[in-house]
Amino acid sequence: MRRVVITGQGTINALGQSAPATFEAFREGKCGIGPLDIRDVDRLAIQIGGQVHDYDAQSEFNRQEISLYDRFTQFALHSAREAIGQSGLTFTGELAAQSGVILGTSGGGLNTQDENYRAVYEEGKNRVHPFVVPKLMNNAAASHVSMQYNLKGPSFTVATACASSNHAMGQAFQFIRAGLATVMVTGGSESMLCFGGVKAWEGLRVMSKDACRPFSANRNGMVQGEGAAIFVMEEYEHARARGAEILAEVIGFAMTSDASDIVMPSRQGAARAISGALKDAKTPASAVGYINAHGTGTAANDKTECAAVSDAFGADADNLMMSSTKSMHGHVIGGTGAIELLSCIMALKDGVIAPTIGYEEPDPECALDVVPNEARKARVDVVLSNAFAFGGLNAVLALRRI
Amino acid sequence: MSASVQEQVLEIVAEQAVLEVSDVKLDASMEDLGIDSLGLVESIFAIEEAFDISVPFNANDPSESDFDISSVSSVIAAVERLIAEQKG
Repeated sequence: MRRVVITGQGTINALGQSAPATFEAFREGKCGIGPLDIRDVDRLAIQIGGQVHDYDAQSEFNRQEISLYDRFTQFALHSAREAIGQSGLTFTGELAAQSGVILGTSGGGLNTQDENYRAVYEEGKNRVHPFVVPKLMNNAAASHVSMQYNLKGPSFTVATACASSNHAMGQAFQFIRAGLATVMVTGGSESMLCFGGVKAWEGLRVMSKDACRPFSANRNGMVQGEGAAIFVMEEYEHARARGAEILAEVIGFAMTSDASDIVMPSRQGAARAISGALKDAKTPASAVGYINAHGTGTAANDKTECAAVSDAFGADADNLMMSSTKSMHGHVIGGTGAIELLSCIMALKDGVIAPTIGYEEPDPECALDVVPNEARKARVDVVLSNAFAFGGLNAVLALRRI
Repeated sequence: MSASVQEQVLEIVAEQAVLEVSDVKLDASMEDLGIDSLGLVESIFAIEEAFDISVPFNANDPSESDFDISSVSSVIAAVERLIAEQKG
C-alpha cells in the first residue's frame, strides 16, 4: 500500500493566523477564548468564544471575492495559501488531474445565512444578494480552494458535525493510499460565531459561560471557536522524489458509528474507533505517546473519552499523554479536528506536547495524564487525534514521526 | 397561582415521560419517569416558554445549577421561586 505524508500546513484560529503562530501559542499555553465581539451579543446567555480577532478580510481578498466568500471560505483559503505555499507544489497537467480537495465543515456559510435571514425576516427586505446560495453552500470552501489551485481530482465536503475534519482528512488519506490521488488538500473550516450560531448551541445547555476546562473536575461545558486548518497530504514517493520537507506520516484511520444516541457519546463507539485506527496503522497501542483528545469540556464527553482510551489501551493508557487544545482555541466544530492535528504534528516534529489549559481539579473519572496547564517536552513516535461527533459518528487518525 | 404552576409542570413532565398526568408522582425523579438528559433539557425549555421565565441550568452539572431537579415536587418549588423572583 502507498504511504501518505504531510508536506504543508496552514491555519487561522483564535490563537494565531499561521501554523507557527499557533505552535507558539500551544507552547505558551495561551488562551484564545474571550468576550465575543458579534452583533446582538447582549441577547446571548453565552458571551465568550474562541474568536478570530484582528482579521481584515479586505487585506486578503478583493471586493468581488468577498461577495462570494463567506467567512468560513475565507478561513479555508487563508489556510490553504499557507499550506500549499509551504509544500512548494504547483498543480498542472497530470498532477492537477490526480489531486483534489476534501474539507470538513458543519455549518458551512452560517454567517451568510444569519445575515440574510435577518435581512428578509427581521428587516422585511424582499431582495437578497445574488450570490447567497454559492456563498453559503457547504462545499463553497472546497470548491474555491480547487479553483484557486487548479485541483481537478476528487473533491468534496464532509459534514459530520464535530468529526467533519477528521472524516475529511481520513478520506484524503485513504484516497492517496488507495492510488486514487497523488496529492490531497484537506482539513476543515468553521465560522459559527454569529448570533444564530451561538444561540442554537445555548439551547442545548452544555455551554460554559466562563471557560473550557477539559478533564478538570470543575469543568462546566464547551466553548465555541472558529477558524480553519488545511494540510497538504502527498504520496510518500512523490514527496521524496521532489525533496519536499515531510512534516509527518499519516499511518492509520478508522471511523465508527455508535448507533445509539443523537447527543450522548458512547464509550464503546469511541474505543472501537481508537482501536480501529491502531489496527489500520498496524501499530501496537504501546507505541502511542500522545493523543489529541476530543476533550470538549462537557461532563459527558470527557469521562466517556477517558474510559474509551482506557478500554482501547489497557495498561498502556498510563504511559501516554492526552491533551485537549480546545481549552485554548475553543471547539471549532467542523474545523476542530484539522486545527487539533497541528498539535499532533508539533508533538511529532518538535517534541512539544500542547497542554490542556484551565485545568484546576483532578477528576477521578479522567485519571489520565492530560498535560495540565503547561506544555511539555517529550519525544513521541506515534500520535492519535480523536473526534467524536454528535450523532455518534467517531473518527480517529494515527500519525507517525518521520 | 400555585396550583396552576403545579398543574402545568405536571403536564410538561407527563408529556416528556409519555405518561398520564395522574401517573406522575410528586416524589418521582426524572430518572424514575424515564426522562433522559435530552428530555430534561426539553422539559426545561417547555417550562421557560410556559411561564416566560429563564431557568438557570447547565446540563454539565445539574447539581450546581440553582434549579433543583431531584424530584417533580422540587422542580415545581423551583419554578414557583423563579416566577416570584423574575415576575414578582
